[in-house]
Amino acid sequence: MSNEATLHGHAATSHGAEVHHDEHGHHHKETFITKYVFSQDHKMIAKQFLITGMIWAILGGLMSVLFRLQLGYPDAHFPILEDLLGSKWAKGGQIQPEFYYALVTMHGTVLVFFVLTGGLSGTFANFLIPLQLGARDMASPFLNMLSYWFFWLASVVMLSSLFIETGPASGGWTSYPPLSALGDASEGSKTGMDLWIISMALFVVSSLLGGLNYISTILNLRTKGMSMTRMPLTIWALLFTAILGVLSFPVLLSGFILLLFDRHGGTSFYLSDIFIASTNKALPNEGGSAILYQHLFWFLGHPEVYIIILPAMGLVSEVMSVNARKPIFGYMAMVGSMFAIAILAFLVWAHHMFVTGLNPFLGSVFVLLTLLIAVPSAIKVFNWLTTLWKGNIRFTPAMLFAIGFVSMFISGGLTGIFLGNSTLDIQLHDTMFVIAHFHIVMGVSGILGMFAGIYHWYPKMYGRYMNNTLAYIHFWVTLIGAYLIFWPMHYEGLAGMPRRYLDTSGWLSFNQFGGLNRMISTVAMVVFAVQLLFVFNFFYSIFKGRKVITQNPWGATTLEWTAPIRPGHGNWPGEIPEVHRWAYDYAKDGRDFIPQTEPLGSNESAH
Amino acid sequence: MAHSVPAGQKWWSGGKSPFNVEYGKLMMWYFLMSDAFTFGAFLISYGSIRFATNGWPDPNEVFRAFPLMGDTHLPLVFVSLMTFILIASSVTMVLAVAAGHNNDQKKVTTYMIWTILGGIAFLSCQAWEWTHLHSEGAWWGRNPFLNSDGTAATTNFTNYFFTITGFHGFHVFSGVIINIIMLIKNIRGDFAKRGHYLMIEKAGLYWHFVDLVWVFVFTCFYLL
Repeated sequence: MSNEATLHGHAATSHGAEVHHDEHGHHHKETFITKYVFSQDHKMIAKQFLITGMIWAILGGLMSVLFRLQLGYPDAHFPILEDLLGSKWAKGGQIQPEFYYALVTMHGTVLVFFVLTGGLSGTFANFLIPLQLGARDMASPFLNMLSYWFFWLASVVMLSSLFIETGPASGGWTSYPPLSALGDASEGSKTGMDLWIISMALFVVSSLLGGLNYISTILNLRTKGMSMTRMPLTIWALLFTAILGVLSFPVLLSGFILLLFDRHGGTSFYLSDIFIASTNKALPNEGGSAILYQHLFWFLGHPEVYIIILPAMGLVSEVMSVNARKPIFGYMAMVGSMFAIAILAFLVWAHHMFVTGLNPFLGSVFVLLTLLIAVPSAIKVFNWLTTLWKGNIRFTPAMLFAIGFVSMFISGGLTGIFLGNSTLDIQLHDTMFVIAHFHIVMGVSGILGMFAGIYHWYPKMYGRYMNNTLAYIHFWVTLIGAYLIFWPMHYEGLAGMPRRYLDTSGWLSFNQFGGLNRMISTVAMVVFAVQLLFVFNFFYSIFKGRKVITQNPWGATTLEWTAPIRPGHGNWPGEIPEVHRWAYDYAKDGRDFIPQTEPLGSNESAH
Repeated sequence: MAHSVPAGQKWWSGGKSPFNVEYGKLMMWYFLMSDAFTFGAFLISYGSIRFATNGWPDPNEVFRAFPLMGDTHLPLVFVSLMTFILIASSVTMVLAVAAGHNNDQKKVTTYMIWTILGGIAFLSCQAWEWTHLHSEGAWWGRNPFLNSDGTAATTNFTNYFFTITGFHGFHVFSGVIINIIMLIKNIRGDFAKRGHYLMIEKAGLYWHFVDLVWVFVFTCFYLL
């Protein structure tokens, strides 16, 4: 039996039936449950990911406000903290060390995984892949729904860990053993650590189900004429992101399984020759290696930062081209550099481990491979700049965030060159310099890219616009605030100020940064408040925003804007659109833009 | 059967699957790649720890028992039997897939039953082996076996053995469950109604993968 026969056989059954149903233009009999809760519509699942991610972002951001309060005002007492958090975590209105570590750990975990992976990829892969490829839905809407609900379960488990007696995991977002393996070593290594591992395992399942779906959909369900090189860059970015996730998360899962056995099975995968001071006990474990965990962790951990930044790059490329009214500069170079980044992502993990006693020769290999990433990154940056060059720029909020992304990515990328060199890294490792670097290049850039995407596709998601005035305030305060927060941390780090310390006022040499730390903390609170403004804008506009009245408000070429303003399940009434050209025909032949669905004119050649 | 593919067919131009497979099969392949990385991470961890350790027990001494044979010295005989059973179940799986290609519902049923029996037999063998090792004092965190040079060994020999063979056994168990579901669907005539046995093929992909992983697990723990 040929695959051709099975393809047709399949089309006539499960998936086809659903699509068929929509083509007749009458709606499913949808209940509240099937439409809003256990929805299999990719657009609803995208919104579920987005709103869950936003809730996490508020929580994760609030945690950073709390520990910045401690870092900025280490001697101050805030009685309200004791009232709110109890005397165990905030005795006398001061954040206790265990709580501080719990805060930074959960802040990292939440922002990296639940906001910038689940919230970012989950939202835009789900929303854009079918719409921009001309598909009715994901390859498997059911697995797609499961992907969200595993994410939800992971969220619930992680959230519940905040409320247990011994507190959440507090060994850092990387959860290195032996600290994370030994419940006796710290409060946060008790039940909180188990819940953290369980939650992350559920998260890996969610990411796997989502990733398999994204890849299969992109390869199999492109509409007629949508060859790979006609896809918008968003889709390319999401494809590479999904591949990275599918291949790197399983390694993390293996690492977690071994960690669970070390915690509860009496094994010694990561443990050897350990004495615990708190219990005054020497452990019998022998033969394990704590470094092994770091290898397994960073084999995911490094691709993970590209899982965060690639979707942002894709969104920014698309938003930038639409709002500069110019084709994206160097389309194939963009695809090629993302491919190069995806390959290099797997070959650089040990640059997180230069100070673990890694063989210096091996270190130099990882230095070389790490610095190679500068090449595709620079290609992308120059392509964005040349896209802007002589463009007819419309400064929509989305466009501002896209430009802000490029600015941040350059600033953070340059310090990556410092840290990628093992000799410099020995000095800079575990200082505030590292905090500054990865927050700018990954955290802030990632979230700015996400904001660009939200503002740009909001009209498609909800059929309404967000308020522009609030959006501009949101942008400028966020961008300037982010620089004010993270730029000074470079100076602190260069001076040797360590990260992960809740109070550095004991060192005379760091006292000079007291004022700077207060400034950073103040700005952090302002920036957090402005994010609440965004959240208000988001939810208010769902119900009260200005209505979208034209199908293609931005004048974009891509397929999602050929769908109805409020598309139903199935996206297009009647036939799905056919594609005749690439996604970037802007300012061509005297026309502002030419949609992908328009056949080639007699004077054009195929792209 | 196979259609002739027109010359100059553009597989990647959209509107059809570039690999000429439906999405489920594509997803299964990508899932298997992902799972290969899980096992790969386990086996590489095992390798790195083993070669960073001075001594290691000799598998010929550890795995020498056979059920009902008392205190024998039959190195690797039992595990060879296990391996044979699993590979035989892969052969019957191939036959089930082939029968599916011929739309032969009855033969699919027959060969699926054999495959399931093979899987259950393998799991039973593993259960016996684990019980036997446990009775000798081996478990996670406990290793009664000496290094091949007679010195005391770390517990990582048993730690890795039980974790990785256990993880593989869990995969076999899942495979048996999947195969049982496929068998039931086949007996109910779901595939005959659908006109193709693609689900059997996808279950087959998974089953062969589990088999292939065993070859590596077997090599790493019993032969090296």
